[in-house]
Amino acid sequence: MKKFTIVMLILIGVYLALPIFATALYAFSTEWNKTILPEGLTFEWIRTLFQDTRFVEAFGRSVLLSGGAVLLSILFIVPAIFVIVLYFPSFEKWFQASVVMVYAFPGIILSVGLIRFYSGTSLPMILAVLGVYVISVLPYIYQGTRNSLRNVQGRQLMDAAELLGASKIEAFRKVLLPAVYPGLFVAALLSFSVLFGEFVLINLVVGSRFETVQIYLMSKLSTSGHIASAIVFVYIVLMGILTLVMAIVTKKAKGMTRA
Amino acid sequence: MIMNRKKSVLLILVPFALLMTFFFLVPLIYMLISSFSNSDGFTLEHYQEALSSSYILQGFKNSLALSVVSAFVALVVSLLGVYAMTHFSEPVRERLLILSNLTSNFSGVPLAFAFIVLLGNSGLFTLALDSFGWDLSFSLYSWSGLLLIYIYFQLPLTIMLLYPIYSGIQQQWKDAAALLGASTFAFWKKIGLPILFPGIAGTFTILFANAMGAYASAYALTGSNYNLAAIRIGSLISGDIFAQPELASAIAVLLGVIMIIGMLLSEGLIKKTRKDLSKR
Repeated sequence: MKKFTIVMLILIGVYLALPIFATALYAFSTEWNKTILPEGLTFEWIRTLFQDTRFVEAFGRSVLLSGGAVLLSILFIVPAIFVIVLYFPSFEKWFQASVVMVYAFPGIILSVGLIRFYSGTSLPMILAVLGVYVISVLPYIYQGTRNSLRNVQGRQLMDAAELLGASKIEAFRKVLLPAVYPGLFVAALLSFSVLFGEFVLINLVVGSRFETVQIYLMSKLSTSGHIASAIVFVYIVLMGILTLVMAIVTKKAKGMTRA
Repeated sequence: MIMNRKKSVLLILVPFALLMTFFFLVPLIYMLISSFSNSDGFTLEHYQEALSSSYILQGFKNSLALSVVSAFVALVVSLLGVYAMTHFSEPVRERLLILSNLTSNFSGVPLAFAFIVLLGNSGLFTLALDSFGWDLSFSLYSWSGLLLIYIYFQLPLTIMLLYPIYSGIQQQWKDAAALLGASTFAFWKKIGLPILFPGIAGTFTILFANAMGAYASAYALTGSNYNLAAIRIGSLISGDIFAQPELASAIAVLLGVIMIIGMLLSEGLIKKTRKDLSKR
């Protein structure tokens, strides 16, 4: 039984790794149409990609849109979570209900609602997508903020700081925020990586008028396999870096609360 | 004074409430209303059209089958895989989890492309099998091809959700059961799995919903050709010539209803198991 399950674990690993390795290999191969393994290796595709202003601009748009949405949700949603968790715990079940709803409704349903409602208004569609992005990272932001508030016993920390003469704002800025910062940082990175990979909303609601990396990749899918694999390779590397940073920060934060 | 402070604290909730209202609730409610209306006012015709069109119903059938099968396969495989992880020390387990998380963002268009590289018309495996003279008559651009992709993006999520559930099973329980003469198999059948069941049912629901709402991979692979509920919605809302936004709204509402029913079913199942467990 034990051996069988370990074989299963290895098979899962192989299944998850294979598409990644194949794409990476394709991104660095010269000719690969008839043979099983590529005929040679080259950096040409990656270089071409980064010399393509269309890609660089698309990358910039993706970073701007996802980063902007995460920033806005930290500015507007995190304070709301703080207030509810610390001072109005009776509201928390309503808040959790909205978190579940946001998590449950997929982009394809939301995009219909967005198009129906906002196509009749003067609000630019890209701002409508930005607004939905800010809301759609709610589950990750909520989970991260609430867990770190619980871990550091936020309410007691605030009360203690206020008892020692700090104003509410001072206590928040100098005591509470640094204590929950690692958890918040990880939640922000996670949200960013989820939004960076978002395709449904941006493609259906805005389309090629605001070309993100995902939309650029879609357009290269049928025209150039090598360039497409170079894009996917860059995407995987970026996601890998983000995941590793998240893992390291989480581990450090754990060590801090233990000490 | 205290009332004022409470009010000023409540002000912090206003931006969140506005965002939630205008970018989530209002669009969804507007979609619900538009699915029931035409130029004359209230109507059920869009639902009639959706439910009497064999093409749209086929899309729902394909989506349901793909979601149930991919969730089931990912669940069974991950149950075994995560069980294997419990044999390793904590640092090793953590590293394995990080590796699994690395792939959790690999979905949608990039994932579809990676599978084209592997199994597409001139993919790595397709060419390799050809050169051996094997013809599997397998097409990536079909239901079974999509199933492979769906299983792929379900796996990291399943592992992430099952891992903490497993760690709820404590070594002492296994030792106690073994002392009382239970085999490993008997332990899992009588104690382990019933305790895990609510978590497994909850995980299944999330996976089901995850697959029902998935759009990008299938779209990247087959355009609007492969018939799924999500693909139907996409082509009806964005079609330049034949856009039928009211019909798209009705299908989107039906999709939402199916997902809510799935959630309620699993909730009921979980409550029932908890009751049965506490009766024993």
